[in-house]
Amino acid sequence: MSRTILEARGIVRDYHMRGGLFTPARTVHAVKGVSFSLEEGKTLAIVGESGSGKSTLARILTMIDAPTAGELTIDGEKIDILANGLTAEQRRKVQIVFQNPYGSLNPRQKIGDVLAEPLVINTDKPAGERRDLAMQMLMKVGLSPEHFNRYPHMFSGGQRQRIAIARALMLNPKLLVLDEPVSALDLSVQAQVLNLLADLQDEFGLTYVFISHDLSVVRYIADEVMVMYLGEAVEYGTREEVFSSPKHDYTKTLFAATPRADVESIRKRLARRAA
Amino acid sequence: MALLEIENLVVEFGTSAGAFRAVDGISLKVDEGEVLAIVGESGSGKSVSMLAVMGLLPWTAKVSADRMTFRGRDLLGLSPSDRRKIVGKDMAMIFQEPMASLNPCFTVGFQIEEVLRVHMGFDRRERRERAIKLLEAVGIPEPEQRLKSFPHQMSGGQAQRVMIAIALACDPKLLIADEPTTALDVTIQKQILDLLMRLQAERGMAMIMITHNMGVVAETADRVIVQYKGHKMEEADVLTLFEAPKNNYTRALLAALPDNAVGDRLPTISGPFEMPASGSAR
Repeated sequence: MSRTILEARGIVRDYHMRGGLFTPARTVHAVKGVSFSLEEGKTLAIVGESGSGKSTLARILTMIDAPTAGELTIDGEKIDILANGLTAEQRRKVQIVFQNPYGSLNPRQKIGDVLAEPLVINTDKPAGERRDLAMQMLMKVGLSPEHFNRYPHMFSGGQRQRIAIARALMLNPKLLVLDEPVSALDLSVQAQVLNLLADLQDEFGLTYVFISHDLSVVRYIADEVMVMYLGEAVEYGTREEVFSSPKHDYTKTLFAATPRADVESIRKRLARRAA
Repeated sequence: MALLEIENLVVEFGTSAGAFRAVDGISLKVDEGEVLAIVGESGSGKSVSMLAVMGLLPWTAKVSADRMTFRGRDLLGLSPSDRRKIVGKDMAMIFQEPMASLNPCFTVGFQIEEVLRVHMGFDRRERRERAIKLLEAVGIPEPEQRLKSFPHQMSGGQAQRVMIAIALACDPKLLIADEPTTALDVTIQKQILDLLMRLQAERGMAMIMITHNMGVVAETADRVIVQYKGHKMEEADVLTLFEAPKNNYTRALLAALPDNAVGDRLPTISGPFEMPASGSAR
């Protein structure tokens, strides 16, 4: 019943740095041969530290950037933006939400216009219909009609992230890439946004690629988990596999480094401290 | 006698819409060699109350308290020049963004030695020797070479180690760490927390750990204060707080941790919360 919506095979991305007066030219291997496949309606979490190539991978999955080598298939279509470019339909299918909602909204654009803009660019719907669709989406993400004519600076961080999610959903995408969507948010707001994402996934049958460095969030939201380290996928499996029996040393280090907030580990620490 | 004692601290900022009360009646005590965590979300006044202790708030802030003493000395009545003799020496602070706290124009060696020159009056050789020792203590390899590095030549974790070295330069009695690991990766966070806890134990120094991360609280604190909108919601030792939180805000905060999620929805944090009476004694 469930079909594969996203498939990546041997994705490689190199960046060539031109040499300067004192530095020789060099090549940075940001992503080194990553493969995975993702079924419709599921969530894949990509975990890694800064410099692990997870955001580069996000750019490739959203077709912003082309891979140096490897094959990307989205919804059954092979994607090669260098050779064939992109059709409007392909662009519609994949959308992205960035970490920092302050940076991803135009400060001089009203929220209603922010939400309607993808429709202006990608469809030929009349203004009235665009307005209605934007208003509907605004309500869907838990904001109210009076927010329609406000500017981004009038919103809190959590509300702005809701707006960014709403904008990404305006074109009815199939795949949503979420690049650290809750990292900049407070705990209480983080819970609200994670719940919203779960509701939207149920309602629209969305597939998520969820990029994060927070293992507790990943454990909560993911169906499948991929751990990246220095451009390589060192661990890939279902959530249960990865969390119950991590195979790679780096994954184990990552788990050991995550602070634990349960009573048992506090007791152990206090006992060590007293000793 | 407590090292730091604050009673009924109020900090107000003058805004165009009138006075905004960022800290409303916070009282706390820190004993020598103790680790106190102050936890809260943004806007809870956790940083502002500690900046008030350090005297680092801008002139728009109005600080008042019934009592604010450090080692028995009244901090509010001190002249700015007397205060500067304490701040950075007996009481030091490290911040969230190490890169933003270091001066990009000077080598890290210069910046460590500056503290030693101002507060300790060491001569050039003493300063250099002490700076090398400090970099060794915070776990930076090849300290002689690294003294000549500029901040941009270091990683985030290394820069935070340098900040810790500067803070520890004069053997402070109290170290205030304001979200010291928030900008760092988890594996680096672990290293920095381990380092801070080791140095804290070795030197018997008191530490105030400001954080929004319950995991960091669990891994470091002896005692915890939970703040919300400028109020102290709860104060307890760390085990009691996690085992049997009394205040409903604390309970909501713990329940919203994805670790503790039951079922497929996270409980959200929504008021009203049991506000303690303003200026309540501990």
